[in-house]
Amino acid sequence: MSLKMKPEELAQTIDYKPPKKHWLDVKPDYKKGTYNYAGNPESIKYVHQPNPRKWQPYEEDWKLPENWKEIILEGFRERLDKFRSLKLFMDICVRCGACADKCHFFIGSGDPKNMPVLRAELLRAVYRKEFTLAGKLMARMAGATELTFDVLKEWFYYFYQCTQCRRCSVFCPYGIDTAEITILARELMNLIGVNIDWVMTPVANCHRTGNHLGIQPHGFKDSIEFAADDLLDLTGIKVDTPINKKGAEILFVIPSADYFGEPHYFTLLGYMALFHEIGLDFTFSSYASEGGNFGSFVSHELMKALNGKIYAEAKRLGVKWIIGGECGHMWRVLHQYMDTLNGPADFLEVPKSPITGTVFENARSTRMVHITEFTSDLIKNNKIKLDKSRNDHWHSTFHDSCNPARAMGLLEEPRYILRNVMNKFTDMPENTIREQTFCCGSGAGLGTEENFEMRMRGGFPRANAVKYVAEKNGVNLLTCICAIDKATLPPLLQYWIPGVEVAGIHELVGNALVMKGEKERTTDLRNNPLPGKEVL
Amino acid sequence: MGIWFSLVAVAALTLLGLIGANVSGLNYVFAVVIPYIAIVMFIVGIIVRIVRWASSPVPFRIPTTGGQQKSLPFIKQNRLDNPSSYLGVLGRMALEVLFFRSLFRNTKAELKEGPMLTYGANKWLWLFSLAFHWSFLIIFLRHFRFLTNPMPFFVPLLQDIDGFFQIWVPLVYITNIALVIALAYLFFRRVFDSKVRYISLPSDYFPLLLISGIAITGILMRYFFKTDLVAVKELMLGILSFSPSAPSEALSTWFYIHLLFVCSLLIYFPMSKLVHMSGVFMSPTRNLANTNRMVRHVNPWIDDLKMKTHTYEEYEDEFRKVMKGAGMPLDKEESHVS
Repeated sequence: MSLKMKPEELAQTIDYKPPKKHWLDVKPDYKKGTYNYAGNPESIKYVHQPNPRKWQPYEEDWKLPENWKEIILEGFRERLDKFRSLKLFMDICVRCGACADKCHFFIGSGDPKNMPVLRAELLRAVYRKEFTLAGKLMARMAGATELTFDVLKEWFYYFYQCTQCRRCSVFCPYGIDTAEITILARELMNLIGVNIDWVMTPVANCHRTGNHLGIQPHGFKDSIEFAADDLLDLTGIKVDTPINKKGAEILFVIPSADYFGEPHYFTLLGYMALFHEIGLDFTFSSYASEGGNFGSFVSHELMKALNGKIYAEAKRLGVKWIIGGECGHMWRVLHQYMDTLNGPADFLEVPKSPITGTVFENARSTRMVHITEFTSDLIKNNKIKLDKSRNDHWHSTFHDSCNPARAMGLLEEPRYILRNVMNKFTDMPENTIREQTFCCGSGAGLGTEENFEMRMRGGFPRANAVKYVAEKNGVNLLTCICAIDKATLPPLLQYWIPGVEVAGIHELVGNALVMKGEKERTTDLRNNPLPGKEVL
Repeated sequence: MGIWFSLVAVAALTLLGLIGANVSGLNYVFAVVIPYIAIVMFIVGIIVRIVRWASSPVPFRIPTTGGQQKSLPFIKQNRLDNPSSYLGVLGRMALEVLFFRSLFRNTKAELKEGPMLTYGANKWLWLFSLAFHWSFLIIFLRHFRFLTNPMPFFVPLLQDIDGFFQIWVPLVYITNIALVIALAYLFFRRVFDSKVRYISLPSDYFPLLLISGIAITGILMRYFFKTDLVAVKELMLGILSFSPSAPSEALSTWFYIHLLFVCSLLIYFPMSKLVHMSGVFMSPTRNLANTNRMVRHVNPWIDDLKMKTHTYEEYEDEFRKVMKGAGMPLDKEESHVS
């Protein structure tokens, strides 16, 4: 992945002054590097979605069904009746502009249609035309426009330039949630087969094999066993690799990148070392081998279908409760949607840590606990021995992943762990963390190679805040609890601030964890020499 | 374009008010009939809006969390920005509705040499919006001295507080000044901030100008072109007791214009963005507790979603051979699908 433009040059192209022309008259420019390729027809067919065909967004003919307008407008009407949020968000925006410079894509591109208010206005203009009297009578004067192919092209461009991060929603005086608007706009476009491949192919893969990379059961088993072998080399301890084990106490669901990508993999090593050390009776599942939910990037229907595997598998295996690994949007779905989509989970028990006896009251209905909640409880109760100095080669900062921050409020748990497993931790400036955190710029299905320039633009505010603490405090590690972050922050930092690495929280837990009977550790989980153990 | 359109609309209303005041045959229409129409359209319009919103379900519980969740006992929850109880939600909503909590967070992003992004506090929009809304509310409440007899207890109280500075006769009210300044800020911000101008529609300028019209005619009547207050009160009491009398000759032209502006606002209100007044109470990202994992939220149409989860049986059927080869546990030794 590369971008010819240097960071300074890219920054110079950013101009926050909007063009002279009225926004209804400006058409999108499908510039290479700023959009995603269309969904593969085979994937679309596999999950029975409409209008599978070969097409690309830069082409003139999108091969839409003849009655595409009616389909969308009918779908729009239906969703207005099903979602109070949509109806309300169409009606009550006063265009105060408080959201304008809160969007990472606007900050990084200067494109006025990346102001959340205008992104939503793209949908509102059609809403006014079709569903309000003023829009019907006064058209343009009421900010209304007819649904045309040009409008559709804008929808596709800008609703796939939103990562559903909800930062704007924090600042909106009415709580208008662009993520909600974007999901529904994508859902409408999906009705006529307008979607992107880095959503649809992972959806099809998850549906079939349980994970978005399409790894089959034996491949999953190999990966987990491979990780156990690596841990044996690193620590001298052979850990268990339970998969699809009936009667285990806990089902453990992680994002699939954890067993297939780097630096995610080191987090997997951390989880496995930790669970071995505390003697947790858990199992992985090859069938529910993906916590991430690419369905949530395109429609509620697909989100539900994919999410259904987790409870189904928990029931089949007869576990008592579930722990979920480090993943952002996965936790948006698990926290805000799962119980409604596929609950009630009355066949499970209220989660109770077998090690500390702590009952996780906050998960008493879904019966699914975030790994950082679980681990911080272990640390608080002194159930694990930690040697912070093993992370002394790192000075870390923490990137709040959008969804755990703004759709959950999981802010302190990861920080609590970090402060207990390492000596050097510094937060980024307050306007860029916690509920005001900036997106990696590649979430919600946008983390593709073809979209690289837009990703570097969208990730600019995050990278810039990292740069600030890197230069001021000597930070050299950006930690996070999201698989998409772990995949997309490394190239982002490589572009904007080379030299800062990316890691999951449980990688650092794994480094610091003093295991019973371990050999003297000379390296961290990445096989880097530990501080003081360098071979000269 | 939007500015001119709105200016012309307000000018047309002014002209209409002039006609209503000076064509004696039309006095009754403008002083009695139009106010009745406006009040009915306002009340019915707002009810229709709310019922329309309420008729759609809240399918998912999607609060935007603005602080630490309730989780472990040793981690301090932010009860107002991330409430998990009814009381917490009430607090969050109160902060939002009374003090514009979210707008208070506002920052201004700037790109500097380096490249370096900074986010400075930017409270002006918050300050003037708050000044506008509170002033408008207090002025509205003060008007109850024209609407009821005897006037309610809060009117003299508000007059005392609002007239605290004791300058000029008649007393200058702080809210009158604040309202005008706030309106000017909100209007000129729309005109001169290029980003806000770019997103503004005629329907954004029009209410600001209309309310400015109400404020200006009101202030002119109070301090400069005195109108017969007894006649005004007589008219209003007549209307509100459903026994309207013929409007007195003593009602001034300024009053007719002021009244027509107010009626226009009432009529315009329910069909415009001004319904944010009632909408804010129904916003699902603010009025729901973040109890997502504690209490199940039920969606009435969830079973209408057709696509089914790919079952474990289907999965094992497809992969049985490789699973067996890898020594993984199986539910069935052989497929039932042939």
